Amino acid sequence: MHKDLVEKIKNDPNYKELVSKRSSFSLKLTIAMLVVYFAFILTIAFDPSLLGTPLAAGSVTTIGIPVGMAVILFAFVITGVYTKRANSEFDDLTKKIKDAVKEH
Amino acid sequence: MANINRIFLFLILGSIAVFASGALEGEITKQALNVPAIVMFVIFVGATLGITYWAAKRTKSAKDFYTAGGGITGFQNGMAIAGDYMSAASFLGISGLVYMKGYDGLIYSIGFLVGWPIILFMIAEPLRNLGKYTFADVASYRLRQTPIRILAAFGSIATVILYLIAQMVGSGQLIMLLFGLQYEVAVVLVGVLMILYVTFGGMLATTWVQIIKAFLLLAGATFMAVAVMAHYDFSFGSLFAHATELKGIEIMSPGGLVSDPISAISLAIALMFGVAGLPHILMRFFTVSDAKEARKSVFYATGFIGYFYILTFIIGFGAIVMVLGNPQYLDVAKQAIDGGQPLLGGSNMAAVHLSHAVGGDFFLGFISAVAFATILAVVSGLTLAGASAISHDLYASVIKKGNVDSMKEMRVSKIATVVLGIVAIIMGIMFEKQNIAFVVGLAFAIAASANFPILFLSMYWRKLTTRGALIGGSLGLATAVILVILGPTVWVDLLKNEVAIFPYKYPALFSVIVAFVGIWFFSITDKSQSAKDEEAAFEAQFVRAQTGIGADGAVDH
Repeated sequence: MHKDLVEKIKNDPNYKELVSKRSSFSLKLTIAMLVVYFAFILTIAFDPSLLGTPLAAGSVTTIGIPVGMAVILFAFVITGVYTKRANSEFDDLTKKIKDAVKEH
Repeated sequence: MANINRIFLFLILGSIAVFASGALEGEITKQALNVPAIVMFVIFVGATLGITYWAAKRTKSAKDFYTAGGGITGFQNGMAIAGDYMSAASFLGISGLVYMKGYDGLIYSIGFLVGWPIILFMIAEPLRNLGKYTFADVASYRLRQTPIRILAAFGSIATVILYLIAQMVGSGQLIMLLFGLQYEVAVVLVGVLMILYVTFGGMLATTWVQIIKAFLLLAGATFMAVAVMAHYDFSFGSLFAHATELKGIEIMSPGGLVSDPISAISLAIALMFGVAGLPHILMRFFTVSDAKEARKSVFYATGFIGYFYILTFIIGFGAIVMVLGNPQYLDVAKQAIDGGQPLLGGSNMAAVHLSHAVGGDFFLGFISAVAFATILAVVSGLTLAGASAISHDLYASVIKKGNVDSMKEMRVSKIATVVLGIVAIIMGIMFEKQNIAFVVGLAFAIAASANFPILFLSMYWRKLTTRGALIGGSLGLATAVILVILGPTVWVDLLKNEVAIFPYKYPALFSVIVAFVGIWFFSITDKSQSAKDEEAAFEAQFVRAQTGIGADGAVDH
């Protein structure tokens, strides 16, 4: 890519908005996923009996079952959340940046 | 073209002949010949060879060969990624682990899933926007081509070959068990079919084989899970209650899989960063047209994979209630020696026996055929990734310095595919009786410690230099290999020493840190002019990574 073009895009307010919004969004979601997963795996490492607690008195189903399912569901939902926002808001911004480049 | 068709026909007939001779010999071995399974498998092979023929006519350039022309949709690619991930090892292995240990199986599968959101947030878009055919395109985007390509290609080929060994040995054993074929025949059959798919159909055929197999596997696993749940009026409570009566209450809690925090974190890092460094997975992102479709791919893939792991959990419990204690599935000879209730073919066969318990011979045949198809599809994807590293990174970029026409590059790729296929067959036969438990762990460790740090930092860290990437990446790679050798899986289990020198099974925590620190240190201390140029080139790369401007428009209009 040509130097002038790079400079031009870098100074485009839409580009600045795209980079700052997307970076902070993806960073937040990455941290969320890491926190959820490491909380899960470190709970097991430090106190395995915690997830072995029965859901209700007399039930064989343990807390670990819904928690594990919730981690799987969370991973799916969080990719959906990112994809939805990126495919609308971020792609709209990208399109604006591309159109501005094309005009010249 | 006519010539190609003739070769193609010859190879099809050849592979059928191999199959037929194997089937005859199978009757001599003690495993019964599984007729419905063979019929369904032949249908699958026929259909996929038909697709390969169709794909061969559409594979005219290197771009078609490596990326299916870039015209795969997000949904299709998501299904294919899920297919790459749902190997026979994870279907049979994880349901077998749930069958044996209950909850631990779920912990293991969750570790395999959580890398995907991270790939989406951090890797998928820049990878699609910067790369063309291989992840080395991205890693070497602003660094010196020759050294970085060589290192990345080495990391790719090492990962691919290790993975191939595991798949080939697994396939030989599985097919021997399921179909009553001889081990060598099974391995040769897998190798020959895989070479056919990849050399003739390239990425297009590989992708469709993967999609069809993923669909069949999900459909079959869904049927099994529903059949199990229907027995318990769709109440997890009653399923678990019955399973604990048979197997004990401890299957509902975490067991010994992650015993100490260091192992837990190390395993987590190996799985998370390892996935983001697997060349056959990364390559899938170049088959879609743009970043939008790349994101959709990960979304669908995460959904399919997550759903699949929930199914394997139900299937594992289903096997506890329907297979355990059923004399039909018991290995009586083994029981007489070892006691307990060993399954015919080992605990990895839990899902296979369950398929018989819920659906009879016909459904057993279906699941066996799907398991075989799964192996074929996964080895095809692996081989294509390895062949691309050889032809695109080593041949076209390093040896020819980019001055090579697309047809020549594609021809080299096809030769590399055939060579890799033959290597896979030889390795599969060589490693038949070896303990290969360490192989997949080593592949993930290399992917996480060499491929991933270089790729990630090349995308996001301005000050990365060729020297840093080269030395740090090599250190990460060496640390991963050495620690696996000194660890319990090789030093104790394979080399029969008393105590492991390195106490942890998973080295990733240490080797990934070594890689990142090494890359950081040897980059910031690099004061050369080329280091300054590489830093200056970051801006343009970052703009392209963010916007896709200048990226290869994938669909030709």
